[in-house]
Amino acid sequence: MELLERFAHGDMDAFEALFRQFQRDVYGWVIRIVRDTGTAEDLTVEAFWRAYRAHARFNPGGNFAGWMRRIATNLALDHLKRSKREAPLTDDVPDMAVPENPGVRQEMRERIERAFKELSPKLRVVARLALVEEVPYRDIAGALDISEATVRVRVFRATQNLRNSLKELGAE
Amino acid sequence: MMSEGNDQKLREFLKSHVPRADTEPKRDLWPLVLRRLERPAPRRVLWFDWALAGAVLAGILLFPKTVSVLLYHM
Repeated sequence: MELLERFAHGDMDAFEALFRQFQRDVYGWVIRIVRDTGTAEDLTVEAFWRAYRAHARFNPGGNFAGWMRRIATNLALDHLKRSKREAPLTDDVPDMAVPENPGVRQEMRERIERAFKELSPKLRVVARLALVEEVPYRDIAGALDISEATVRVRVFRATQNLRNSLKELGAE
Repeated sequence: MMSEGNDQKLREFLKSHVPRADTEPKRDLWPLVLRRLERPAPRRVLWFDWALAGAVLAGILLFPKTVSVLLYHM
């Protein structure tokens, strides 16, 4: 029996094999949205837990990676809706085109962070994936279960809002 | 108007100030998944149950004598 079929029948070994295969992909996707290691780990675990609980509804002929990504994206979106306090956008220091003055750099980061927080969760997810992480629109559309045209519209709206918020910093 | 290239300047600005996330997991999450699977799913209490409990409580407070009737039927 194929791995996905075994998973659909609730086989724990098959589930572990799929986890080992897709853990990196799911975690990598979630952290791009939430940008916090602990939260990304929690949401990855939760996503796989939900997937296992829903194993009977999974179509073995379907795309497991896409299914997992949709579950994880929905969880990340719910997290953004729930959490008022978020981890900063800039965990690591970029080594390019950053002002030398640490005070200025810190202020820049805080302004950018605030600008992202002002976006609605739906726009924030798309903005982070498309504008910061440069994920193709097609992948974003698949994960959010929306059309590419809708992704374009959301990116456009997010861009307008971010431009307005960041124009004083030279992002117009 | 809504082309991907239209917002190039903003993209460049963000790219220079916001690093991409480190997408590599810091540890093996399988033990956490196993622990999560062992935990029972949280029980959700429907709003109707809360409303019913509230109504019964209000009834008891307003009409204390109904307690005996209620106990009889339980």
